[in-house]
Order: sequence, then structure tokens, then C-alpha cells
Amino acid sequence: MPSQPKINTKRYWRKNLQTLLILLFFWFLVSFGFGILWVEELNQIRLGGFKLGFWFAQQGSIYAFVVLIFIYVYRMNRLDKEFDVNEE
Amino acid sequence: MEILTWTYLLVGVSFAVYIGIAIWTRAGSTKEFYVAGGGVSPLANGMATAADWMSAASFISMAGLISFAGYDGSVYLMGWTGGYVLLALLLAPYLRKFGKFTVPDFVGDRYYSKTAKIVAVICALFISFTYVAGQMRGVGIVFSRYLEVPIEWGVVIGMCIVFFYAVLGGMKGITYTQVAQYCVLIFAYMVPAIFISMQLTGNPIPQLGLGGELEEGTYLLDKLDGVLADLGFAEYTSGRKSMTDIFMITLALMVGTAGLPHVIVRFFTVPRVKDARLSAGYALVFIAILYTTAPAVAAFGIYNAINSTSEKRMDELPTWIATWQKTDLIQVEDKNGDGKVQYLPDPETNELNIDRDIMVLASPEIAKLPNWVVGLVAAGAMAAALSTAAGLLLVISTSVSRDLVKTYNPGITEKKELRIARIAAAGAVILAGYFGVNPPGFVAQVVAFAFGLAAASFFPVIIMGIFSSRINKEGAIAGMLTGLVFTLGYIIYFKFISPELNTSEHWWFGISPEGIGSLGMILNFLICILVSSLTPPPPQDVQEMIEEIRIPRGAGKPTH
Repeated sequence: MPSQPKINTKRYWRKNLQTLLILLFFWFLVSFGFGILWVEELNQIRLGGFKLGFWFAQQGSIYAFVVLIFIYVYRMNRLDKEFDVNEE
Repeated sequence: MEILTWTYLLVGVSFAVYIGIAIWTRAGSTKEFYVAGGGVSPLANGMATAADWMSAASFISMAGLISFAGYDGSVYLMGWTGGYVLLALLLAPYLRKFGKFTVPDFVGDRYYSKTAKIVAVICALFISFTYVAGQMRGVGIVFSRYLEVPIEWGVVIGMCIVFFYAVLGGMKGITYTQVAQYCVLIFAYMVPAIFISMQLTGNPIPQLGLGGELEEGTYLLDKLDGVLADLGFAEYTSGRKSMTDIFMITLALMVGTAGLPHVIVRFFTVPRVKDARLSAGYALVFIAILYTTAPAVAAFGIYNAINSTSEKRMDELPTWIATWQKTDLIQVEDKNGDGKVQYLPDPETNELNIDRDIMVLASPEIAKLPNWVVGLVAAGAMAAALSTAAGLLLVISTSVSRDLVKTYNPGITEKKELRIARIAAAGAVILAGYFGVNPPGFVAQVVAFAFGLAAASFFPVIIMGIFSSRINKEGAIAGMLTGLVFTLGYIIYFKFISPELNTSEHWWFGISPEGIGSLGMILNFLICILVSSLTPPPPQDVQEMIEEIRIPRGAGKPTH
């Protein structure tokens, strides 16, 4: 068991939850938001040969998912170091 | 060389590689058998996860499904990729820190209860079995189509191969064969897609070709919308399902993905917590390559199919139509006797029936590619089916040897446990093979619902096990059972008891059986929280365990 001061762990966890909420907000926005709920509205806008809503549903959301995970990895690695809970 | 020769050659070479890898990486301990010793690099694990995840259905059927569903097909694209965000952010790092081998392990320890563990084992076995039976059937179909052997023989050959490397190599053997299988399957998927994209739009990248211009100067998707509308179909880029249903199906698929035991277990195989996060990222990159190409293959396929048949004279149809007519995957019948083919929405007057699997299977011929590409697609489809089947069989054998036998005989020696795991894997292969040869009518339908069941049973209790320290065993057991029974009940009612009522007027809140797992999940969450708040909180040592899994430091070292 690592002997972390409890306060530190609590703050780390709170920052972690903040990160999660922000990233999950974008996860919801690009798929359920742009790809489903507002797809009709976005389809009025064109992106080259795509209607924008359709593009989000079949392409854009997937790219965004990949980016979100890598932002998470980067952000968590920094948090781990900052709060000294990282692995050797 | 002939197509059949190429197919035998390429499938044979790929099998030899898989078996070679299995012998080279055979497992020597239970830890190697269950989680590959916990020493797999995040990149290799990402590739293996991608191969494990993408089944015969993803490889062969998904593009065709989208061809005919248009925008509605987006549920599969978003659903089967978005779940990895949930996995990476909410599950993988914490379960890796927890550091044991299975999902029921976690449920049993976190909820300090054998009952909870057994309920989890039953869920895991049920989900994995329905899923693996479908895969074995897929192996048989691929074999029979490409190698021209009966389906039964195809299943038996597939069983022997999977038996060999799953039983011998365990997770270690499976992981490294899956890396090879990923390379085979993605290469096989991309080659025809790139050529077709070039032919239609002049752009070698299918993802861009989908939004590209045809030779005549109109955008492909606009042209497709117009062509389909003229024939009386719905536009390709607009949906037919209700928004509620699209929303709920997508949610069920996403959450189900994150709750599938054979996917979760992959994140136990990497050395560190940070590797688990990174590995989920790599997995999604490798999956996204296929999943962003599939909608392009779908649109190219349906455009080509309509363009080369609709209103064309019967005797001027392209040769691939004749080739695939032999397999009954395409049926052309001149019903009104005008000597031309009419493709129409009304089944009474429609003269062209295309099976969805054609969009991938016939793509090399549609693009007039050389014979070896056909053999390559066969090897790719095989790789997709075998890798998924092997991953599932491992979950089944682990559930039996570790979660059932070891729970009741804690004193069992490592050697004996390993032997039981191997026997269980062998038993599971034979049982899955039996269902592959004699598929119960419901298997194909049930596979799609494995996601709903995973969403409604596992996902909520794992999430709350990590993110809440108040949820206790009473809540978890009640939640899992509610989610499972509700979802299963709804599906059985609409699919098997009263299939004639399976229309949107009769569904609750307009949610189809495919999407009901989302509602089951919400019920699971509610019941779990309610019951937990009425019963005492978990004991002190469990509270400490929760604190412990929330921080990365101190995760187990790679084995030996």
C-alpha cells in the first residue's frame, strides 16, 4: 500500500472526475448530439460531398472518439505525476 | 492462378502462421493462460483487442448492413466504437489496477459476495456462449463459400484450429495470434476498398472517397440519394428509424461493448495502469481504420450494385452477378417480362435481391481486381471469425476454471487449475462447434442482443463498484438481476413469444428490442442505488480497496 496523504488522493480523484466529465461531455456531443439529436439541423450544412450531420454519424464521431482517448491518456499521465501517484 | 487455388494458398499460409505463433508462445502458468502473464505491450494489446473485437459480422456483414440501412446504419458505427471511450475512461485503468483476472473476480471481491460472483459468472457465460456460437457458424460459412466444402466441415476445421491455439496457448497464444490476424484482416479489408474508391471517385482514401465526386461531377452521396429516391426508396443519408430508437440502440451498443467480458479481460494483460489507458486508445485506432472504411464500402457497394443492374437488360449484366447468383446471394428474376432488371422497394415487383454480405464478399470482383485479392478477402474473413471465437472461448474457460471451480475449491494447485482451464476450453470449443453445425434458430438473433444483456447486467455494477463506495452487495445483486431479467424478458416477448407485435406501436416508449438494453441499464442503476441506500454500506476493507484501485501506483508487476 502506498502511503499517500489522504487529502492528496482526494484532490487527485476530484481532478480525475473533472477530466472525465469534460471528456464525456464531448463524447456525448459528437455522437448523440451531432450524429443523432441535431442531425437534421447539421445536414443543412455541407462539408464537401457530405451533409455535416451524416458525416458526424458515420465518420466524424469515430475520429473524435480516438482523439478523446488520447487527450485522456495525456492528461491522466500528467495528473499522475503532479499528484505523485504515477507508476515507476 | 484460379481463385480457388489462391484462396487455399492464402488461407493455408495464414493458418500456418497462427499455429506457429501458438506453439512459440504456449502458456506455462495460469497467469499466462488467463492474462498472458500481464506483460503484453500496449500496442500489441491494442491490435489484439481490435482483432478480438472485430468479428466475422464486422468484417463481412456490417458494410452491407449499412448499404441497405443508409443513415440508420450509423448505430453500428457509433455504437461499436463509442464504447471504447467508456472503456478507456471508466473501466480499463481501474480494473487493471484491481489486478485479478476476470470480471466476476472483480464483482466477487468488490461486492464481497459469492452470490454476486456467481450471478456475474452466469451473465458472462450466457453472453459469451450466444456470441461464440454465432462466430463458429461464421467460420463455417466462410469456409463453405470460399473453399467449397460443406458448412459442417468448415466448422470442424475451424474448431480444430481454434482448439489448437486457444487450448495450448491460452491468453498468451491468443494475443499474439490475434496481432497477426489483425494485420491479415485489415489488409484484406483495405485493398479492395482503396481500389473501388479510386475507380469511383479518383480518391485512393475510401474515407474521403465517400464524400468525393463521381466522374460525371456530382457528389457520390447526392447521386445515391437521388437514385434511391427515384426508385422509391428512402434517401441514403436520412433515417427511417425514429430518433428515440436510434438513440437507444446506439447507447445499448456502446455500453454493451464496454460491458462485454471478452473485451474487458484484454485490459488485464498489460503491465501498468497507464498502459491500460493507452492500449484502449490504440485499440480504437485499429478498429477505427476498419469502421471508417466500412461506410465507404457500403455506399460504393450499393451504388455499384444499382448502377450496374437497374434498368439494364438481363443479358447485359456484369459477370460478378452471374458468379454470385450460383450461391443464391444474388437473385435476379424478370417478373414483368420486359427483359430488364427493376430494383424496387415493393417485394411484389422487385426483381433484384442482394444479400448484404455481397458488398464485401464480391467487392474484389466488382472492382475487377486480380484473383489473389479474392483469396485475401477469404483469409481476412477467416482471421476475423477465428480471433473473436478464440477470445470468447478463453472467457468461457476462465469462467469455469477460475470463477466456478476455484471459488469452491480454493486450495486447488496451479497445475491442476491450468489443466481444468484447458479442459474447459476444449469443452467450450466442442460445444460451440456443435451449435455452429446445428444452429438453434435463435442464435443469429440472440447474438445481436448479447450487447443489450451486457449493457443491462455488467456495466452498471462495474461502474458503480469503482465510482461509488456506498453501493453494496445487496444493491449489486438486485441491480444485475433486474437488468438481466427485464432485458431478457422484453427481448423474448417481442422476438419469440409475440413476434407479430414487434412493431413500433407496441414497443415501450418506441424502443425496439435491440435498444432495450439501454432501459435495462437505467433500471439496473436505479435499483442498485435504491437497494443500497436501504441496506448497510460495504465493510471497511472493501472501502479501502476502492480507494486503492482509484490511484495507479502499486499495480502488479509483469509476471516472473
